[in-house]
Amino acid sequence: MFDFLKAPVQRFQDFVVLGGRAAVNVFRGPHYTDDTFLQMDIIGVGSLPVCVMTGFFTGAVMAQQMSRALATYGATGQIGQIVSLTLVRELGPVLTALMIAGRNGSGIASELGSMKVTEQIDAMRALGTDPIQKLVVPRLLATAVVLPLLTIIADFMGILGGFVIALTLGITPDQYWSTAWRSLEFNDVGQGLLKPFAFAIVISLVGCYYGMSTTGGTQGVGRATTQAVVVSSIWIIVITFFIGRIFVNL
Amino acid sequence: MSNGPEQSDTVVVQFDQVTVRFDGDTALDRVSFAMRAGETRVLLGAAGSGKTVLLKTAMGLQAADSGRVLLFGRDITRMAERELFELRSRVGILFQEGGLFDSLTVEENVAYPLRNQKTRQAQSESETEESVREALRFVELEHTLQQFPSELSGGMRRRVGIARAVVTEPGLVLYDSPTAGLDPITANTIMALIVKERDTRNAAALMATHRYQDGQLMANFRYNPHSGELQRVSVNGDGREGSTTRFMVMREGKLVFEGTQPELEASGDPYLSKFVLKR
Ligand SMILES: Nc1ncnc2c1ncn2[C@@H]1O[C@H](COP(=O)(O)OP(=O)(O)OP(=O)(O)O)[C@@H](O)[C@H]1O
Ligand SMILES: [Mg+2]
Repeated sequence: MFDFLKAPVQRFQDFVVLGGRAAVNVFRGPHYTDDTFLQMDIIGVGSLPVCVMTGFFTGAVMAQQMSRALATYGATGQIGQIVSLTLVRELGPVLTALMIAGRNGSGIASELGSMKVTEQIDAMRALGTDPIQKLVVPRLLATAVVLPLLTIIADFMGILGGFVIALTLGITPDQYWSTAWRSLEFNDVGQGLLKPFAFAIVISLVGCYYGMSTTGGTQGVGRATTQAVVVSSIWIIVITFFIGRIFVNL
Repeated sequence: MSNGPEQSDTVVVQFDQVTVRFDGDTALDRVSFAMRAGETRVLLGAAGSGKTVLLKTAMGLQAADSGRVLLFGRDITRMAERELFELRSRVGILFQEGGLFDSLTVEENVAYPLRNQKTRQAQSESETEESVREALRFVELEHTLQQFPSELSGGMRRRVGIARAVVTEPGLVLYDSPTAGLDPITANTIMALIVKERDTRNAAALMATHRYQDGQLMANFRYNPHSGELQRVSVNGDGREGSTTRFMVMREGKLVFEGTQPELEASGDPYLSKFVLKR
């Protein structure tokens, strides 16, 4: 009767198994440090321009839109606080993660997918390396280190973007930066850093999972890539909601 | 550790009623056979009949859903991946899709098993280089050491794959459709290499193919080390070397025939005769 549920449940189970094996392997040798640094370079340095641009313009757009609403209450001076709170808590982590899901989640899925369909993953297993250790763990570690850093950069660029707009509204730099800075509490920074860490795990594992379970030739690689981006994007939105709930109740 | 040919009466691979399923589709259906050391086997079958799955199951790359798989006398059916690495290091495999690492050079590809198989006795870097060079010389590709697989032709990639499969001198070599997608001349070069490799080391060879000519070549030709060429085995002459080659035919996951070439050719079964036709 519940046959339609069988496939997704099976997939979720496989995904959890992959995550578990990756987690075990993080603490067990051999470690492919070179691969991890290479991935950090690809994901981190490679995504820097995207994150800088996204962050800056998100902050600017927010300041621009909010200023009108705030003007109704004569509270334009509070613009720094609004921009920094929404960015650090929510928009910075989520938008950065969505960008990285699009840019690197897809990259991971298509790279591993091509390796799967050309039997390179089988070849690894046949020739003495564990693909989880060699392919999944470096991508997981690299994303988990790099995504929080990218988020911090995006947050900062966003506040800077808001600042440029604030100047045009006649707010003094002093006023902007002090409201932006003072409004941040430990709680905000905490969830602002916990989220990218959770997103990093989702993006890298989902990318690896869809890549490594690719079947059906080149067409399958395209399918795996799309699925990886869609699924990780949805999870990002869902997870941000739940982490937000936890922090609201704290 | 020496991975040389095993005693000729030992069984290298054994399948007992092995079944493999993919979400309801049965890729292998109760397959049973046993293959001895030094033996040559040709695995024929239409596209999608399960040849690749059978080869992968034989070295534990694909798990069996039921039945038992023995590799070098050890039951690998429920064996953990870490344990399998040791047994797999005694098997060489040429993948149908190549399986060459495209981020590594030809040299690094061929050296990969030597450097990564942990159960292998540590070799010095110069010994590894020498083995790699020798394996590439064997397939006549010594000059491509520093090239990447993407820079080679299809036939050359296949030859690099053969070099990587045999560089460790395994007791069992699996060839998955070595001539698929090649022109007849290149296909013959590849087959000549496979026969040569079999006859220089006397390792067991299991070759999947859908070209009957490939099987014929394996069964009726031997490499002559003096002339450096392939030679037809005389049918009524000495020990009938050709008869050690056994044929297996797969159909939709089932092993529908196992026997010698004359037995295969004598069979009246319409599916079997489809393979035998081109003489
Ligand atoms: N990873 C997989 N997931 C799902 N189905 C698979 C998988 N691998 C193989 N199959 C299915 O198993 C069956 C046997 O496939 P296999 O690749 O062994 O055929 P083959 O005999 O090697 O064919 P070919 O001559 O085309 O290489 C096919 O129906 C195939 O669709
Ligand atoms: Mg095949």
